[in-house]
Order: sequence, then structure tokens, then C-alpha cells
Amino acid sequence: MPFKKPVQKFNAAINEVAIGTGENEVKLGGQNCYPFYVFDSEIANAPKVGIEISDIEDVNKAAAGDFYDGCADVADAVKKAAAAEGVDFICIRLDGADPNGENRSVEQCVETVKKAAGVTDKPLVIAGCKNNEKDAQIFDKVSDALQGRNILVLSAREENYKNVAASAGLAYGQKVGAESAVDVNLAKQLNVLMNQMGVGAQSVIMNTGAAAAGYGFEYVISTLERVKGAALTQNDAMLQPPIITPVGNETWNVKEAMASDEDMPGWGDRIKRGVAMEIATAAACLAAGSDAVILKNPKSAAAVSAMIKELI
Amino acid sequence: MALKGLDIFKLTPKTNCKDCGNPTCMAFAMKVASGAVDISKCPHLTEDVLAKLAESTAPPMKTIKVKAGDGEYTLGGETVLYRHEKTYVSKTLYAVDVDGDFDNSLKVDYDRIGERMRFEFAFVGFKGDIDAFVAGAKKAAEAGRGVILCTGGNVDAAKAAAEAVKDAKPILNGADASNYEEMNAVAKQYGLVLGVRGETLEELHDTVEKLEALGNKELILDVGVKSIKFAFEFAVQIRRAALQGNDRVFGYPSLVNVKLLAGGNYDLETALASLFTLRYGSIIVMSAMDYDRSLALFGMRQNIFTDPQKPMKMEPGIYPLNGGGDDDPCLITVDFALTYFVVSGELERSGVPCNLLISDAGGYSVLTAWAAGKFSANSIANFIKEYEVENKIKSRKLILPGKVAVLKGELQDKLPGWEIIVGTSEAVALVKFLKEFVKNG
Repeated sequence: MPFKKPVQKFNAAINEVAIGTGENEVKLGGQNCYPFYVFDSEIANAPKVGIEISDIEDVNKAAAGDFYDGCADVADAVKKAAAAEGVDFICIRLDGADPNGENRSVEQCVETVKKAAGVTDKPLVIAGCKNNEKDAQIFDKVSDALQGRNILVLSAREENYKNVAASAGLAYGQKVGAESAVDVNLAKQLNVLMNQMGVGAQSVIMNTGAAAAGYGFEYVISTLERVKGAALTQNDAMLQPPIITPVGNETWNVKEAMASDEDMPGWGDRIKRGVAMEIATAAACLAAGSDAVILKNPKSAAAVSAMIKELI
Repeated sequence: MALKGLDIFKLTPKTNCKDCGNPTCMAFAMKVASGAVDISKCPHLTEDVLAKLAESTAPPMKTIKVKAGDGEYTLGGETVLYRHEKTYVSKTLYAVDVDGDFDNSLKVDYDRIGERMRFEFAFVGFKGDIDAFVAGAKKAAEAGRGVILCTGGNVDAAKAAAEAVKDAKPILNGADASNYEEMNAVAKQYGLVLGVRGETLEELHDTVEKLEALGNKELILDVGVKSIKFAFEFAVQIRRAALQGNDRVFGYPSLVNVKLLAGGNYDLETALASLFTLRYGSIIVMSAMDYDRSLALFGMRQNIFTDPQKPMKMEPGIYPLNGGGDDDPCLITVDFALTYFVVSGELERSGVPCNLLISDAGGYSVLTAWAAGKFSANSIANFIKEYEVENKIKSRKLILPGKVAVLKGELQDKLPGWEIIVGTSEAVALVKFLKEFVKNG
């Protein structure tokens, strides 16, 4: 019996959500097939790759080595990253705002972001310090300061979504990241709640959870696969926003990428280990359903972006 | 097509004789359909019916066993496309080209949560010189792992190399539409698993059917190296046709050569290895499995191929961290692998010497184990006794996870002489907690 190529067609699609403006606008989602299944359907928008820059210099150095050496400040680093190969958007992570760390003021954060926004036309993603209260304050002021830039704030969580969605999403018309902890039901619930507040499907990008390969990564993969499955096969509108996965922030915090060359002499160069970890994690996330990944090392971004180009 | 219970029922004698051990023919048919009972358990079926049913109730993807050194590996046998549907059966296996960074890759051999991590196959590719190919095959066989001979379709090379390393029982790759009969003869002569390739999916399908007609069902499907896009389509379509489309001709494991697909770009090769680990590569051939790549890929593979119904468990015991010794405090937690990784990671970050005690809690997280009675004052006290913690460690300070603070009183009673301290609820707060703990004595 000769082989007949099966084609999997869905009467549903992932929402297309744009960040940034003008020529540099980046569209996430839009496809009506599984990731990279170009033999089933044309893919509306290829997955995107972003580079993450922290407002703390040491954090950047830990993941990108000497790449940012000589950069005077965050804006300088952003300029350099924006020119790197395969970079579609820039993510600024305000680690310095953490009340348990440097505890930089909201005003200081806004200044940092404003200056950085001035040096690049690439779409901007602003990530907080993972303190719900502080993040909500930062996102409010940053969204105000960058009105018209169509930024994405990462992220609104169950604990602070009301504030974040109301200010960034409704008041300033920015895109809102909806972050949940590797569970398809939690992801859906947060989307429903934000939708009820009036932050519609066109304004939400999900972060369904991230982890480094080897660290409970099976949950990340299964969540991505289940969300994409429900969005396409069941046409579940509450799971159809595109997904962004901040991979680098996880992979550079595990032993494989942190242990020094002295502590683990057999393991070889630390940055090389970290890059492999970042690439492997990102490639699997994209295959499972991420519409965008955020990485820290420019080499990783180049490799992952090369893979995407080859597949689409 | 897979048969439904009712279809099978129609073929049974419908006498409810119970000879198969089931109360009715209907019950028997249902069990056969779900794969729980083998059709041959019914003694009253005619040969014809048996043959028909054995074919249609067979698993959608064959399980192929391949020799490797003294052991053997299992490939295929999958029943689902996604791990959350049930569980993956055979993990992706990794091969390293003997012409690549082979010797360095051989050095990578370590344990991670009870699994030995090292690449599984030595791969040799034919590059036009039969003597060099045979030499490569011998080198591959010496490594004591599995061997893959990629003959590029050259039958003479296949014969020479298969003869040279016949005891290693290599996988013989390179059968195609033009040479399948001869390659099949070589594979049969030496009892080898045969790798098949095709220019198109249709051609591959056709060749596999012809090989099956020759009686060979020990096959592996090579997704080819025409392009990354093409190889990805092959890998997905083959697996999907077998599991979703019930096309048993494609019910074989796959082989992906990411070394050739990446064309010398090391980082792209890592990305592709990861992509095909998740998307249906049964064997992935690489230029190297050095530590950089191994740490990432083995960790990922271990996660992806873990049974979703069974949590990953750490071996219970005493784990000294940051050079922890006799006089350093103990922290106790459960044996859920994720808990261990998160907690040990934070403890290492603190830089404070300490001893992490991992107790047997059935592989559950702290709260789940506590609710199930597997992480209780009793179980902790038993652990301290069983693992002779008091003989091994002089310190009598035991830090409990904050989430089970409620155990403190009872544990204090059961462990006289110990100072029980309630730690943090979240691992991320441990760094601060420990530093202050040490400062305040």
C-alpha cells in the first residue's frame, strides 16, 4: 500500500500578537499547526528570539562573558545586543529592583529603561525582579514612560495581575505577559481572569513556566504541549495567546552553568557549558510550543535563530 | 487498522467457555483491544483468525533490540506522540562519530539520579575508502558500546565492515530502493538490524514494504541528511503515521544524523540534538558528546523520558555540601528529585558547609509526602537511625523544611539530644536563612 502523506488541519489558530512598532514590529503566534510542522500548514510567523540584559552588570557578565565589556551602562549593552545576529527583540530585566537585593527605586528603573529604549528601535520586553508588589509598581511607571512603544511587561501573576493588567494593559495599551507555574489549568485561569478585566486576547502573551533542561523540564514541555494541543485541537480561546519562554534566566542559574572551572575541572569552560544548556533548553521549548524564547548569551541566540531559519 | 473490542468479539466463538480465564468472550475481546491480554489466550480461534488478529492487535511501533558491548539497548515500542498522554517507552539514544571528538566524548561517564550518563553508540560513516571504513568500524567496536555502520549504500563496504566487527552486532545503515536486496542479505547473514533510507517518504515506505516482504522486520529508518527541514518532516511524519495513522510500515525507530545536518556548526548541532530528542529521533548521531553538551542533553533526556506517573527519586542518604562535615548542621528534606535539585542548588549558592539529608518519601514533594504520611516525625526519626546519622555527624542541629513546621514538637520528642530548627518554606530563601543561621551560631 503506497504511503499517503497525512495532513493535520485545525480550524483554530494561535492568536497573533505584535510587540514593538513600525518596521521593527515583531509578530508572535498566528500559526494553525504544531511548531515547525510546515508540512501541515504554512507558518504565519516564525518563532522569535530575544536577548535578555540585566540592569546588574555582573549578571550579564556571568552569562555573556566579555561580550558587554566596555559598555558604560544598560543602554550601551542594549545597543550592542540589538546588533547581534538573530536577535528579534530585547528584554531588559530589572534584577536591581529586588527589595531583597539592591532595592533600586522605581524611578531609577524607569530612567534605566527610558535611556535604553532611546538607543534601539527593536521591540522591548521589560521583565521585573519577581517581587509581585515591586513589579506592579515598576510596570505601571515603565508602561507610562514608554507609551506608544508597544512593549511587553513580564509578567502579571496570579498575585498581581489586577494591578498589572489595569495599568500596563488597559491604561497604557501595552502587551501583558501572563505568567503561571507549569500547569495548563493555571495558565488558562489567569487568561480568563485577565480577559474578564478587559485585557483581551490580542494583548496577552503567556509565560507558562520555564526551567532548565534536567530540572523538572518535563513539566515545562508537557505544559507547552498541552496548551498548544488544547488551543489547536479544542479551539480553546483561553489558551490561544502566543507563548514566550524566558529560558536564559533559568539555565544560567543551575549548577551546570554556574559551577566555576576550578570547582569542576573535568567539565571544561563554564560559559560553553552554559551556552549548550541554554541552546538545548530553548530548542526543546520551541519544538514543544514556545512562540518566542529569551536568551542571555548572544551565541545561543545566533544558534537558536539559525535552527528556526532552517526549519521554516 | 486497530480493531475495536466489538470487532474482535465478532471473531471469537462467543461461547463464554471461560477457557481464556475471562468470564465472557466480550470481556476477553475488550481486554485484547486494550492490549491487556494476548489474543492467543483463546484456544478456540482458527489459525486464520489468529493471524488476522495478531497483525491488527500488534503494537503500532515495533520494539527493536540492539546489542551494545555486553548489554543491549531497546529502541521504539512507543504508543503515544506526547509524554503527557501516557509515557514514552524507549529513550532517545546518542551516537558519536569516531571521526569527531570521539576520545574526549568517551571520557564522559557519570551518574545522575540513578541513571548512568554516557553516549550509547559509536558511529562510523563510509567516506569512499573501504579500508578506512573497516578501521573505523574496529575502533568503534573497541569502545564497547553499540556500533552503527553507515555504509552510504555501498554494499562492498557493508560486507567488509560487517565481517570485521560481526561480534559487535552493529546496526547496518544504508539500505535504499536500489540496493535493499543485497543489503538485506548482508544484514541477514550477520543477524544485524538494518537501517533504511529514501529520497522521499513514499520511496522509504516502498522500500520498507519490500524489505518486510523479504521477511525483515528488524529495521531502523534513517531520516536522511538532505536538509534540516526535510529530516524534521521525516521524523515527525514517520512517527505520526505509525502512531496516529496506524501505518505499521512506518512503525520503526528512526535515526537522525545531526552532525551532517548541522554542517560543522557545533551550537546548531546542539540545538538539533535537542529538537530531535523531543521530536521523535530514536538515535541521534553527533560529532561530540563532550561535557558541555552532555550535561544539557542527558539532563533533558532524563526529564523527557521519565514516566509521568512515577516521580523521579533521589537515593536517600547523607549529602555533604560545600565541604560539609562532622560539625556542620543537617537539613532534611524529601527524595523528590526536583526538590533535591532546587534545595541543593540553593544550599550550594549559600556557600555554607552543611549536610543535606534525603529521606525516603516515595519520591513526593514535601507537602504531598507529608499529607501521605511519608514524611513524618516517625519517618525522619527512622531515617536518622537507619542511616546512622548520629554516628556519622557530630552536629545535633536539624533544620526542617518550613512547610512541615508542625512536625517540630513530635520530632523533638523522638530525637532527644537534637535541636530541631524550622527552616524556610521556600528553597529560594535558604541562602539568607543559612547565612544568618551560621552568623548567630
